[in-house]
Parts: sequence; C-alpha cells; structure tokens
Amino acid sequence: MSERDGMGERGRRDGTGERDGGHRDGRNDSGNSDSGNTEWLIRGVRIAGGPAGPQGGLVADIRLAGGVIAEIGRHLSAPGARVLDAAGLVALPGLVDLHTHLREPGREDAETVETGTRAAALGGYTAVHAMANTEPVADTAGVVEQVWRLGRQAGYCDVRPVGAVTVGLAGKHLAELGAMADSAAAVRVFSDDGNCVADPLLMRRALEYVKAFDGVIAQHAQEPRLTEGAQLNEGEVASRLGLAGWPAAAEEAIIARDCLLAAHVGSRLHVCHVSTAGSVEIIRWAKSKGWQVTAEVTPHHLLLTDDLAAGYDPVFKVNPPLRTRDDVSALRQGLADGTIDCVATDHAPHPVEAKETEWAAAANGVTGLETALRVVQLAMVDTGLLDWAGVADRMSVRPAEIGRLTGHGVPLGPGGPANLTLYDPDAPEEAVDPAAHASKSRNSPFAGMALPGRVYATFLRGAATVLDGKVTR
Amino acid sequence: MKRHLISAADLSRDEAVLILDTAAELASVAGRPIRKLPTLRGMTVVNLFYEDSTRTRTSFEAAAKRLSADVINFSARGSSVAKGESLKDTALTLEAMGADAVVIRHSASGAAHRLAGWVTGSVVNAGDGTHEHPTQALLDAFTIRQCLGAPGSQAGSPAGSPGPAPARRGHGLDGVRVTIVGDVLHSRVARSNVLLLSTLGAEVTLVAPPTLMPYAVETWPCRAGYDLDSELPKTDVVMMLRVQQERMTAAYFPSVREYRRRYGLDAGRMALLPGHAIVMHPGPMNRGVEIAAEVADSPRSTVVAQVANGVTVRMAVLYLMLGGAGAAS
Repeated sequence: MSERDGMGERGRRDGTGERDGGHRDGRNDSGNSDSGNTEWLIRGVRIAGGPAGPQGGLVADIRLAGGVIAEIGRHLSAPGARVLDAAGLVALPGLVDLHTHLREPGREDAETVETGTRAAALGGYTAVHAMANTEPVADTAGVVEQVWRLGRQAGYCDVRPVGAVTVGLAGKHLAELGAMADSAAAVRVFSDDGNCVADPLLMRRALEYVKAFDGVIAQHAQEPRLTEGAQLNEGEVASRLGLAGWPAAAEEAIIARDCLLAAHVGSRLHVCHVSTAGSVEIIRWAKSKGWQVTAEVTPHHLLLTDDLAAGYDPVFKVNPPLRTRDDVSALRQGLADGTIDCVATDHAPHPVEAKETEWAAAANGVTGLETALRVVQLAMVDTGLLDWAGVADRMSVRPAEIGRLTGHGVPLGPGGPANLTLYDPDAPEEAVDPAAHASKSRNSPFAGMALPGRVYATFLRGAATVLDGKVTR
Repeated sequence: MKRHLISAADLSRDEAVLILDTAAELASVAGRPIRKLPTLRGMTVVNLFYEDSTRTRTSFEAAAKRLSADVINFSARGSSVAKGESLKDTALTLEAMGADAVVIRHSASGAAHRLAGWVTGSVVNAGDGTHEHPTQALLDAFTIRQCLGAPGSQAGSPAGSPGPAPARRGHGLDGVRVTIVGDVLHSRVARSNVLLLSTLGAEVTLVAPPTLMPYAVETWPCRAGYDLDSELPKTDVVMMLRVQQERMTAAYFPSVREYRRRYGLDAGRMALLPGHAIVMHPGPMNRGVEIAAEVADSPRSTVVAQVANGVTVRMAVLYLMLGGAGAAS
C-alpha cells in the first residue's frame, strides 16, 4: 500500500527507489543500452489487463529477468536489479500494430525498417505488421524474408511482414501465399492494402486458400468503381470544396460482400481501417452471426473529421478519408463494445514533397506510430469509453491474436514474455511536434494538437528499447 | 478588400457591391479614346494558367493592361511546369520575380488556396478544378445588375444594352430569381455563383439531373430541383452551364439527346420565361446541347455582354486588391 499511497505524484519518481538496494533509473539515463540480460524491477506500476485487480487496476511491482516476467507482487526485492520507479504509470502488454507501412524496400526516403521500428518503440509498440505495398511488393517469400531480417537487425521491435494477396497488388493472380507462410517470416496476415481485392471470385479463393495455414485476409475495403478519382469523404465538406467524393457505401459494400464470403467458406476475414458508421453496423451484424470477422480502426479515424480538409492541406489526406462526427462516434462505440477488435495505426510515412502539393496530387496517408496511444487515451479513455484493460486488449492482445503472433499480446503475468509498455496518462498535455518524431517522415495529422499522456518506457523481451521517452540506443 | 480572392465566400455583401460599383466606374474607361488608367503602373501581374483557357486569360490580361500593370503569362505548356515542376516551386519562382498578384487557373480544387500559402503577393482564383471561379460569379452578378437592376425595377433595360446605370450603384441583387441549370456537380461557376448571388440577396435555384447535383446540396444557400420547365416561369435569370465532353460518356445521363430534351434551353423553353428574363452562359457554349443556337443568338442572351463585363470586373478586382481600398470613390 505504501507504493500506492506514497507515490501518486509525478515528481516523486526521481527521488525514490534507492532503498531497494538496486541502482536507480531516473529520467536522464536513457543513453544506457540494455542488452536484455539486465534484471529490472518496476516499482508501483498500475497493471492494465493483468490477471488481478478491479478494472485491471492492480498496483504492484514487476520483476523482469531472462526475457520474461519473473514476478508480479507487492514489495518485491531484487538486489542487483535496475529499479524503475513507476508510480502513476500504467503497464500495458507491449503494443502490437496490425497495420504499419515501413516503406522498405523501395521508399527508404520515406521510412526504413530501422526508423519505423524506432518510431514504433517510442509509441510503445513491441511488434508491428509491415504492409506489403513496398517496391518491390512483398508478394514472394524472398521479399517478406528480407523485411523480416531487417526487423531483426533493427531490434527496436519485432517486425512481422504482411504478404500481398495478389501478385504486384494488381488484383489479378494470387501471390504464392503458401511460400510466404512457410518462409522464415511465417506470414499469417495477407493484404493488398492500398488496393482492394475487388474481384469477388479472387477474394473468395484467397479467403479459402489461407485456411491451410491459419492465415487471414486483411481487406482494404474500397469498391474501385465507386471511388474513381475520389479525394475526400462524400459529404457536405467535399461537395463545398469541389473535391470528388469517396462515398461510405463504397467501403460498406465490400465489407458486406466479404462478410458473406467469409461466412460461406468458413474463413477468417479482417477488415482494415474501418471508417464509417455503416461499416460498424455491418461488422456488428456479421459477428452476431458468429462469423470469423475482425476489424481495426485507426487513431486518426477515432479523432479527426473531414472538415479539417477545408484548408486543402494534404496532411489530412488519407485513404479511407476522414469522415464525419457521426462516424467518429460510431467507431468509438464500436471499439468500446468490441465490434471493432483493435486499433491499428496505418502509419503511412511520406516525404515532404508528396504532401506539399495540390490536394489531388498529394499522396494518401498519415504517420501514427508515435501518437497512437496518446490519441487512444484522448478519444477512448478520457471519454470513459475504455479503461486501461480495454486498451491492453484492443492495442495488444487482440491484434496479436488476429495476426497469430506468439510471444506478444500476452496479458501481463508471471512467466509471460517481458514485452511491456509503461505509459504515463497524467503527463501534461503537449502539442505534437512531427519534427521531433523518430519516423523519417513528418506527415502527422496531429501536428500542433495538444495530446495527453506519454510513453515512458518500452520493454522487448526484457530489454528496454525506450526509457524516459527516449530510445535507449 | 482582402489580400486574396479565392472563394466567393471570401466576399461580404459590402465588398461584393464595392467591386460591382468599381467595375461600373471603370466601365466608362472603355468608352474613352485612351482606355488605360495608370493605377497599377510598375506592378506585375502573373497569369499562371495550368489549363488552357484563352478567354479567361486574355480577359485578365486585358484588365491588368488597362490598369497599366506589367503582365507575365506563365502557361503550363512550354514552361518548366510541363517538366514536372511542383506548384510550390513555381510559386517560389514567381515570388522571386516579384509578382504583385498571381492569377491562377488550375485543374485541382484548392490550388489557389495552396498557392496563397506560398507567395506574399495577392492570389486571384481564376478557376480551380471543380471548386470555384469567383471572378466569373462577379461578372455574372455585374451583368445581372446591369440588365435587371435592383428590387422593384424588373423591367430593366434590355439585355446587352450598353451604358452605366447609376441608379443601381450600391445595390445588391435582392429578390432576383436566378436559375442555374446543368452540371452543377462539376461546376466551379455554379459554386461561386450560388455563394456570391445569395450574398447579394438573389434567390438561387439549381436545376440538374440528380446525377449531376452535388451531394448535400440542401446545405447550400439555394433551392434545388430536377424539373426545368416548372422553374422557368418564375425565373428572372437563367444560367446555362456547359456540359463537358467527358461527362457525356460517364453514365451521368443516358445520351446527349436525352440531356438536351430534359435540360437543354431551346426556343420553346425560352418562351416559358417572363418577358424581362435574361439567358446567361459562362462560355464556351455547346450549341445544340445545353443551349440552342436561336437562344444563344437571341436578344435575351447576355453572352457577349458577359465577356465585355469580364474585363471591367477583373479590372475592379485587381484595382481594389493592388491599388488599395477606398480608391473607388
């Protein structure tokens, strides 16, 4: 109890901890590297999504050793361990992103596996799924293994490549899905993201085929004919701005079709970046039937609306587009009640010149890894829609399950992998400054917005990748 | 006057009336033996045209030259733009050349808005994609006021009749019923006219096939309907929009023949208009599609007057933006 009672204030973190016999980790030692052999004692942290405590609110100490969570309990003692005073922080199982664009190979000017995973670690992630729309496309075992290997070299977080569904994302012929599944990268998530697998027969075959290795098709739901030249959510704003409309029905029609196909062939379907109220309704209906349909929502769709396009600044240009206030509230509700399984960033870095253009000429996409958790706090936690256990579920446990990713998304408990994120929800609100981001790109739609919270530390298999909000190497 | 003219929504009623009054004043210059004013001597106006539009470009060019400005025509063809230079780099180039005003025509909605963020001079939107074309709306408003006048004076002078009408100075278009017909969805002329004419007090009605009516048009300051014949008898001004070639094959309507039957203005339909009503078209016209030749050439047609008024209205815009407000009186 003394932990809970005595250390509610942020200022205390620097002044305590010495008495435990270990040396103290304050705020200014982020230059220390951590090989993973270090034993850690995290003191007085609020454990979200753990096995005990009302609303996951257990306050306890966590000891990390040998890459696993050795112990969770009160007043743990660990001579020789590095002690981290975590009063007021929330411990989450390391975040898992189902939808990240790392851009390598091909667009290293926008992002590399190294910079992208560093950004991920700073955002509290211990694993990311790297989307397939690289150059060359990740549609062969060779390319997915290359990305997987680059991730291992970078070491900031685990990189799980996503394989393309069709050769070259062209929507004509199935890629060698089995070869990617059997490769060292052990691909389980397949997506043509950026493009929709629009051909219904090809989609049916893909859904069926990946059953052999427990794969899932992650669909970018966008009816291509209904969205030719589309620029912004078809609504009052696009109409006034003279931007070609992207109708909600173009997303919903594909989701409805794919739900029916998945049910018919008994396969798993995952819906990428759900953006409309109607999509939430369709997915809720499909789930009520017991069909194996999962879905993700992005942080930006949980917070931002299409009226931001009024200044024609393409930093707000993203696909699917920002929608309306009603859509945002339906998405939040869907995430809260579990209709939407998880938050996925759709982190889509672009070089400056891809956005410093006319709206129609600009690239789609926004960065998101380094702001995701803060946005989720603002949109979901601070609004009372989700508690921290819910955040642990939607940002770690569920995405790892969907991706069939072992060693991640495990609720914090003794013997579990030491993949965790320490987050300070009470950190003073701070405006987002993309120039300070580790991502190579600066296209954050949250630039200048005051967001709450701060990722304090991230541990990957017991090694700190981030400490005091900074990467450790 | 604001620094830029990007949307008709940028203009208050007073500002719009000031532009129309200034244009009326400047119209008298056109009748003088020497048609030049020294107002903008030493200033540089750049016409930055990413789309071919000889009529709009020459209208702005004539306007700037009659105010003694130096005019640089910077067109996409044959310039670095064709080699893929970005709008931003072009903007920085124009900035370095000391452009006091940039008149931009571009196929992308919002291009003028973006340009205004990159240059220190004034930006005049001469048509951006399917967004707006505010000087077209101003010249249309000027033409309507010239031909119909203010409230209660609906027996205005016949269309196309020259000469200033001093009594109308200071007035808006209160109560004037304007019907805009055709491809509203893709029309920058319609967007700017809805905003400007409603600001000036006119009652605007849009008529289009449902496929060419903008989404959420009910949020616009106008009425909307699909039936042209029922609107014409209660219309003071009918404005026909051009049907672009690319719409004719994109399933917006079954055939040009059917479009003409339902939404084209022919002599029979023109007879449904009240006697004083005028027929407008921003040009270029598709004779035989949205407008029949006998309508285009009829005394009700203001097409030629619109072109003439285009120059004076654009003079007024440049004059007020670069020459300073208050100069008009």
